[in-house]
Amino acid sequence: MSIPTDLKYTKDHEWLKLLDDGSAIIGITDFAQNSLGDITFVEVPEVGDSFSAGDTFGVVESVKAASDLYMPVDAEVVEVNEGLEDAPESVNSDPYETGWIIKVKLSEEANLDDLLDAKAYEEIAQD
Amino acid sequence: MPSPQRTPLFDFNASHGGRMVDFAGWEMPVQFQSIVEEHKATRTAAGLFDVSHMGEATVEGPQAEAFLNYALTNDVSSMDDGKALYSLMCYPNGGVVDDLLVYRRAENRYLLCLNAANAEKDLRWLATEAENFDVEVKDVSSCYGLIAVQGPRAFEILEPLADRDLSTLGYYRFVEGKIDGIDCLISRTGYTGEKGVELFVSWEETQALAEAVLRAGADLGLALAGLGARDSLRLEAGYSLYGHEIDEKISPVQAGLMWTVSLKKPGDFIGKDALLKEKAEGPTQRIVFFKTGSRRIARPGTPVVQEGASVGSVVSGTFSPILNEAIGSALVDASLVKAENLAVDLRGKAFTIELTKPPFLALNPQG
Repeated sequence: MSIPTDLKYTKDHEWLKLLDDGSAIIGITDFAQNSLGDITFVEVPEVGDSFSAGDTFGVVESVKAASDLYMPVDAEVVEVNEGLEDAPESVNSDPYETGWIIKVKLSEEANLDDLLDAKAYEEIAQD
Repeated sequence: MPSPQRTPLFDFNASHGGRMVDFAGWEMPVQFQSIVEEHKATRTAAGLFDVSHMGEATVEGPQAEAFLNYALTNDVSSMDDGKALYSLMCYPNGGVVDDLLVYRRAENRYLLCLNAANAEKDLRWLATEAENFDVEVKDVSSCYGLIAVQGPRAFEILEPLADRDLSTLGYYRFVEGKIDGIDCLISRTGYTGEKGVELFVSWEETQALAEAVLRAGADLGLALAGLGARDSLRLEAGYSLYGHEIDEKISPVQAGLMWTVSLKKPGDFIGKDALLKEKAEGPTQRIVFFKTGSRRIARPGTPVVQEGASVGSVVSGTFSPILNEAIGSALVDASLVKAENLAVDLRGKAFTIELTKPPFLALNPQG
């Protein structure tokens, strides 16, 4: 199970990668994709939608189950991964790179301190 | 809750990476690598399935045939030795106790294969109904392991191991023979829509048989397949699953399974009057199969709507790896079996569905 140390995590198995310009990309973890199994569909929000931390912003569907996606921080969606429409399975094969889900602009009040580091997340994802 | 039971292939499944789940009281592999890959392997080469959780019963005695013809909907008297028959077993009101396979081994000597989740209920039902017949019903579930080898290359894999010519074995026929020296009841049946067999084998020798088949198929694309692929394959093939397309409240008339009900066989059978009546009056609801045109799965319980009004609900839904879209079945108002404006309501959004006759693919399990 891969848990890159340069990312932030939620207890709901999303990851967040902070970019230099203050924006961030968000996806689901290797543990999450492995638990879900074959992913067949990802529902993404619209560019321009705003969410608060903890809001549902989309759905990942696998053969076995549908799972809500939760926003890690207060943010506005600035880009969605359109590649997922034709190849949602890239969330399985490459959850941290080509399988990213959305790019967001963080709100000024966004508090990254509530997110987990790789070590803390690993404890959650152990079972 | 009692802890789940284990099939004779528990260690085999676990050691080959099976992701185990509790299914009908059994610890079963839902998948090994990927449900989609296991499904595709079964359609293009072959899949090996542990189905040892299925229940088995023997029905023997001077009135075994008469009893089965009374307890089951299909016509057992049409069978000869070495024949397998799919049948339903109904309640007096026409609801379904279970669907099952009957194997005629000799005159008045039958083996039944029952759904794992229903096996105990079935055996109680059969025992009660058998009281007026000179017949003995015995639970032999713990005697048999059951392995399904399904797919276009199934015979290519098994023939080098078999002590007889499997190519001459007809569809829905079985023979007692040896695979890799292990005694099996080799049956040309299955639940995937593919050519293949199901192998009944002693509990003790199930693992050795599975290992021999797996070795033989290693270079021919044979994949270990779990319950996930078993479900998507059977739905693509348009086969009913108890608890979904049929159950105590969904009759064979509603399920489109009247081909398994022999209304013309001599004598009475349980459920006959109710089914005759329902057939004459027309059912109030029907099972339909549908495609979604999208990859989004409409799962069981999803409302089916027509112009905003609920007209039924989904009973099976999965992703078809071959069609690359979601497929399913639903129980809807009987007037809607040809409706062109039905939709499924997924989280408040209506997605139009296209009703279609099963199977979803051109399949030839008899080929």
